[in-house]
Amino acid sequence: MSNERFKNPISESAPVRYGLIAAVLAFLALFVLTPLVIVFTEAFSKGIEEYLLALQEPDAVSAIRLTLLVAAIAVPANLLFGLAASWAIAKFDFRGKSFLITLIDLPFSVSPVISGLVYVLLFGANSMLGPILKSYGLQIVFAVPGIVLATIFVTFPFVARELIPLMQDQGTGDEEAAISLGANGWQAFWYVTLPNIKWALLYGVLLCNARAMGEFGAVSVVSGHIRGLTNTMPLHVEILYNDYNVVGAFAVASLLALLALLTLVLRTILETRYGSELSAGQKH
Amino acid sequence: MEIRVEKIRKEFELYPALHDVSLKIESGELIALLGPSGSGKTTLLRLIAGLEQPTQGRIFFGNEDASYRSVQERNVGFVFQHYALFRHMSVLDNVAFGLKVRPKGQRPPKAEIRRRALELLEMVQLTGLEKRFPSQLSGGQRQRVALARAMAIEPKVLLLDEPFGALDAKVRKELRRWLREFHDRTGHTTVFVTHDQEEALELADRVVVMSQGKIEQVGSSDDVYDRPNSPFVFSFIGESANLPVKVEGGVVHFHGAPTGLTAQRDGEARLFFRPQDVSLIEEGPGLTGPVTASRRLAGTRIAEVELGSATEPCHVEIEVPLEASATNGAILSFRPTRWKLFY
Repeated sequence: MSNERFKNPISESAPVRYGLIAAVLAFLALFVLTPLVIVFTEAFSKGIEEYLLALQEPDAVSAIRLTLLVAAIAVPANLLFGLAASWAIAKFDFRGKSFLITLIDLPFSVSPVISGLVYVLLFGANSMLGPILKSYGLQIVFAVPGIVLATIFVTFPFVARELIPLMQDQGTGDEEAAISLGANGWQAFWYVTLPNIKWALLYGVLLCNARAMGEFGAVSVVSGHIRGLTNTMPLHVEILYNDYNVVGAFAVASLLALLALLTLVLRTILETRYGSELSAGQKH
Repeated sequence: MEIRVEKIRKEFELYPALHDVSLKIESGELIALLGPSGSGKTTLLRLIAGLEQPTQGRIFFGNEDASYRSVQERNVGFVFQHYALFRHMSVLDNVAFGLKVRPKGQRPPKAEIRRRALELLEMVQLTGLEKRFPSQLSGGQRQRVALARAMAIEPKVLLLDEPFGALDAKVRKELRRWLREFHDRTGHTTVFVTHDQEEALELADRVVVMSQGKIEQVGSSDDVYDRPNSPFVFSFIGESANLPVKVEGGVVHFHGAPTGLTAQRDGEARLFFRPQDVSLIEEGPGLTGPVTASRRLAGTRIAEVELGSATEPCHVEIEVPLEASATNGAILSFRPTRWKLFY
């Protein structure tokens, strides 16, 4: 047969293929796998007891708590915001729609440190709003509200960006069908729109949560680094490391690494099982 | 339920999609809105459903002004072009949806909803498929689920947007006949949109021919085919040929020569006729020219004849008897037997 002589036009020769694969694997090992391994080896370098003790230390506990609290506020807020924004963009026509899409992307193009700084300038002691808020007993910067605000800002594109293309692609046909059958707006949303986007929504929430818990730059600027009060996990890792508390720093870091791995696993499950419902182009 | 559309105007972004359209649909009628894409037929259907708001004009359901009623209040069964079945719901849940979302007081109990949905599935001959999901059905089955779902709310009016557009030719024919039977059995006032004239002429009691946001003609299949009232309808429905002519002293002239046809009014006009409505003549005035192409079409032969001068040729297709000699270059003379002039 002449099959052996036939060269697939889009394939490369074997040495090139294996060379490329080897290069990618080496790169991944060096820049992804090694750091991950180091996080866990350092965390357990003085044994499992030291590791567990480091995680029970009061400042560490409070950092974990604060991170969970911030995520618990920022993620639902961005879920609602993302839903509302993508609903508006995908299902309605209005002026300034493309401007709104650009605005939603803004946090991706602005350095997190800058966005943190903006909150300091807006709500800090020397700002216009700061003293007014202070007179009502409200402290935003160097307190939990500032951290929550900065986190919401940094993470707000995730859900919206996941949903907008999907909802635009799905169009308004299903909703029109629902209301022509007598459903009110809420029923159309609950029974028709939401089930159509649920996996993409979950995917967006997952990414949003991972970023909310891991955010460093913006939070670092607004937090003030008060131990036990305004330190989130990433900030706490930095402080411990600067104190030469290697086990403590890596123990907390290992929790963030675990979160990343968990997110990765869930993402993969979602992508393989519901891939067609996550991205645009799905038709039944 | 009788539907009256009165002087409806609809503009999208300042571009008018419908200009002053008026239409009366009798109770129990099966009406086709027929036209090329962009003619406004789907817009008219969506206006009747309440999915669009008219810029001007009113829509009556019976004697009630429904212009400002919401979709939900109009109680119309709407079958969407691509069915818009809820993909995450089973066939049964799709059909039951309209009953499930009713306000508490009017909602039948669960067992009753199920019974009615199953009954509707039986009516559209889909018994046994109630647990399937839309993705597990064929195109024709989806179409019937969409119809059963629309019927569940006991609509007064049934509106269908290109109901057979997404189906292959064979299924399309079957469903067409099936829809006609279904309509005769249930007696709903039914309006459907189509760009397929065969479908409209075969299925509908009356056909509404639309073009560029206006209604060109409303009438039975015979009316619009045999008595088209505008150049557009004449050329849109069926095959036709048209020629620029001049009527002088009651005689129709083409390129300065009499055609043997007579008319009441003098002036410039266009002469329309159908390929089969001609007879070949041996002598006397008529339309004469060489055959430029001919083809066999089932039981007849179609000849393309070049008329007029060599600088401004007009090509028309006419049906000729099989035994007539219609080889390329042969000179044919003919005269339309049924024709119409549009001035």
